[in-house]
Amino acid sequence: VSAQIATARARVAALDLSQANPADPQGFVDDSVGLLFARLRREDPVHLSHSPVPGIDTYWSVTRYQDIMRVDTRHDIFSSENGITLMDFPPGDDQKLRMFIAMDPPKHDEQRKAVSPIVAPANLKNWQELIRERTCMVLDSLPRNETFDWVDRVSIELTTYMLATLFDFPLEDRRLLTYWSDISTANKLTNPDAPEPEVRMAELRKMLGYFTRLWNERVNAPPRSDLISILAHGEATRHMGPLEYMGNLVLLIVGGNDTTRNSMTGGVLALHENPQEMQKLRGNPALLESMVSEIIRWQTPLAYMRRTVMADTELGGKQMKKGEKLAMWYLSGNRDESTIADADRFIIDRANPRQHLSFGFGIHRCVGNRLAELQLKILWEEILRRFDNIEVVGEPVRVCSSFVRGFSRLLVRIAA
Amino acid sequence: VLKITFIAYDGTPHTVEAACGTSLMRAATDNRVPGIDGDCGGNCACATCHVYVDPAWADRVGVRTASEKDMLNLVPELQDNSRLGCQITLDPSLNGLVVTLPESQH
Repeated sequence: VSAQIATARARVAALDLSQANPADPQGFVDDSVGLLFARLRREDPVHLSHSPVPGIDTYWSVTRYQDIMRVDTRHDIFSSENGITLMDFPPGDDQKLRMFIAMDPPKHDEQRKAVSPIVAPANLKNWQELIRERTCMVLDSLPRNETFDWVDRVSIELTTYMLATLFDFPLEDRRLLTYWSDISTANKLTNPDAPEPEVRMAELRKMLGYFTRLWNERVNAPPRSDLISILAHGEATRHMGPLEYMGNLVLLIVGGNDTTRNSMTGGVLALHENPQEMQKLRGNPALLESMVSEIIRWQTPLAYMRRTVMADTELGGKQMKKGEKLAMWYLSGNRDESTIADADRFIIDRANPRQHLSFGFGIHRCVGNRLAELQLKILWEEILRRFDNIEVVGEPVRVCSSFVRGFSRLLVRIAA
Repeated sequence: VLKITFIAYDGTPHTVEAACGTSLMRAATDNRVPGIDGDCGGNCACATCHVYVDPAWADRVGVRTASEKDMLNLVPELQDNSRLGCQITLDPSLNGLVVTLPESQH
């Protein structure tokens, strides 16, 4: 156990829970937040916190698997209309991005149904060969006997290629998608390194300009199978205003980027830290499919989703009032021993590996889940074919966010 | 013990035995019938146990629950006889039930 972890453990163990604020990104930067969630699940599973960050203020934390399942399946009581992150929009904010993940039925259902066919498994067969081709190309270009950043060279590269394909976005500009994804989740209030709000909004407007050009090209052409064409021609989406178009773009870019990217990195780290699981995999490559689900549980690339209480209700013995907000901490539910056996261990051949919360449940369940699984499966198939070992050679650098749980750097080395 | 037949998208039948009181979803996943995922474990929360009930059995299987309607509303290829397997509890009247599976669970 490193000194840093030991210090974090002592700090969390000594913490007065009334002061606990799991949305503080510091606990994600030093990866100590799991210790806090373990205490909350045991001692106060539905917990009221106060954040010093304006706009977050007071919020409930729901930390147990079954309570999270209840919230996620009761969209009539727990609304998504006020957004899916704890930060409130300022009153009267006309910059509020409208995206279907932050809508309730019926509009949510209409817009979701418009985009979901593109990532439906029946359609994934069309992508499979292309994903494999690009995965091979990226892996074959990696240096040997030399330290490099897995995040930049593999995870970002592969997820960005995929997004560019889904949007039929100019490939040479694909890193713009990564940039816009990072910009849209950046938050000055919780991350001092983030750009100022005006700068962020200006960049997002550039993004809108770029995508408006693509929209105009496609709306004037016959319908095709890319996402922009689908939005431009779809009955439920063709009349979206600019902020709604931008909101849905952000949703699809972040949804397809931050998530899979960080599971691609998190898997390398998990297998490095659990060499016996890597041995299991090499002995029985048929475990790859269940390993992919286990990686997604283990990483939980989106740590929570926010809901707003629509009517006074009781959850886990606590009284919630109309208008209050809560975070369903998927990261915590995915470590809940009362539902997942040996939840604190990374086990690639566990029973029921698909029963994890990382995709959410209920009507907002991740629309791209099968695509994400396919990308990870192909990545690991091709890794097994090529490399005996991917050695992690430095401490991972984690993203300063309590929403996106991810890595900005993971230094690795592959032997010749 | 009841006999239930799942007909895969490619037409292959899988007949399994299941006990009264289990759900149609469990009857499939406990017997590793391909094409039924059951990701949420029976909470009516993921729609990955989507089946089409053979019309001859429609009356005995009954109607969709409210939360089932919400979830089914989001599945690709929704049909009048679409149901979620986790919301169908097996009883003796369903002995011999035949359901077909969609191309994929999403």
